[in-house]
Amino acid sequence: MAETHSLQDLQQPTVSSKVYVQRDYSSGTLSKFQTKFPSELESRLDKQQFEETIQTLNNLYAEAEKLGGKSYLEGCLACLTAYTIFLCMETHYEKVLKKIGRYIKDQNEKIYAPRGLLLTDPIERGLRVVEITIFEDRSIGSGR
Amino acid sequence: MKNCEYQQIDPQALPTQTPPPPPLQEEKEEEEEEGGEKREEPRRPRRKWEVFPGKNRFYCDGRIIVARQGGVLPLTLGLILVTCGLFFVFDCPFLVKHLTSCIPFIGGGLFVFVVITLLQTSFTDPGILPRATPDEAAEIEKQIDTTGNSSYRPPPRTKEVVINQQVVKLKYCFTCKMFRPPRTSHCSLCDNCVERFDHHCPWVGNCVGKRNYRFFYTFIVSLSFLTAFIFGCVTTHLSLRAQGGKGLVFALQESPGSAVELVICFFSVWSILGLSGFHTYLVASNLTTNEDIKGSWSGKGGEDVTNPYSHKNIFINCCAVLCGPMPPSLIDRRGFLPSDESVQTASVDIELPTQATKSEINVTEED
Repeated sequence: MAETHSLQDLQQPTVSSKVYVQRDYSSGTLSKFQTKFPSELESRLDKQQFEETIQTLNNLYAEAEKLGGKSYLEGCLACLTAYTIFLCMETHYEKVLKKIGRYIKDQNEKIYAPRGLLLTDPIERGLRVVEITIFEDRSIGSGR
Repeated sequence: MKNCEYQQIDPQALPTQTPPPPPLQEEKEEEEEEGGEKREEPRRPRRKWEVFPGKNRFYCDGRIIVARQGGVLPLTLGLILVTCGLFFVFDCPFLVKHLTSCIPFIGGGLFVFVVITLLQTSFTDPGILPRATPDEAAEIEKQIDTTGNSSYRPPPRTKEVVINQQVVKLKYCFTCKMFRPPRTSHCSLCDNCVERFDHHCPWVGNCVGKRNYRFFYTFIVSLSFLTAFIFGCVTTHLSLRAQGGKGLVFALQESPGSAVELVICFFSVWSILGLSGFHTYLVASNLTTNEDIKGSWSGKGGEDVTNPYSHKNIFINCCAVLCGPMPPSLIDRRGFLPSDESVQTASVDIELPTQATKSEINVTEED
């Protein structure tokens, strides 16, 4: 998991605090997160960077939950087979979730870990929040 | 909600609380795995379903989830199996000879469809929301506090959000320690927050929510067809036998199984057809049973309230509810507990029963 990698890289830094980006329910029950920049991250991260990450996540979730020809086809086919195809086939949603997992890992490696931050995949928090862990700012090479 | 307990969760307090539980925890672990203190690695890595806090039972190593109260699922299955069994034994031979040989195939197909959708409704995670982690819960409590309440009364536990020009109130769930998303409700029987909560169905022994509503709907619709089909076949069978002045009693004596089927189908066809009709209306207006019963969007208050989740088109509503994308299970039953988190999860697990019993009273009062 990404968490283990970055912990090893940073030689087990201590967690200073955690910031939670809550869900944005203004469009209903669709998975969407608030793009409001948390004040705790001001010293570590660009507002624009943060907004871009969250906006991309929102777009990916919208893609997963989109009601369109492809999802209807999948749904109808599933209904005709008494939903048994869910046992053997990976759904469109699951495929996009994997894509989201890869994107988060990528963002962590490129942007967040170098700044002492860690994004947690929202699926691990029940799609309630995007948890951003802030690690203590240590200088390089210091032991415990 | 008077005098309700308002416990602040202090994340700093959590580590200090873990030393008292070890005697309990050691006992608990000894029950599950032999020996082993908290600090030692367990013999085998534990899966998340083993420490799941809700009232659910798991089978096949977490693949199958049911509510702890089995309800009358065995009765439902039994009734269906018995009725169909009697149908194939008593009615099919006669009808194949006198009518058409399609009858057993149609009956068989419907039967298979009904049983599969029933089992899927019962064994699928309805859309359970995992409970908030202690850090999350503490953060929310802090936010509620800062909305400025220095009086002795507990701070408000609702949040308002505007969805499609409708004001929707989000309630705080004391058991799961989070603000419930819209359309989510806490089921007291299963002790879980379920997304797009419809109702807890004792006949299938599970909640009906976002993830298994389509299975449930397919189940009741196909069951209506099956019941109506069997009822029709039995009636035809008996009337054919009673022809030529022989009488109904003679027909029933020749085929006693048909009498049983007739009784079962007669009493269930009306309620099942009614239920199917009701749920078809709910699907077409994108409502849940919970919302319909509470009258959330019926505008009783005289205000102009409409359902903010409806797509304003019957066809699109039906497609969205029944053929929409299948959301994944959020509780990750078969994932492994990370070894550093298993301590925390276990201690939360022990703390929850004491808080949950009090909170349950609150929840049932709220809802």
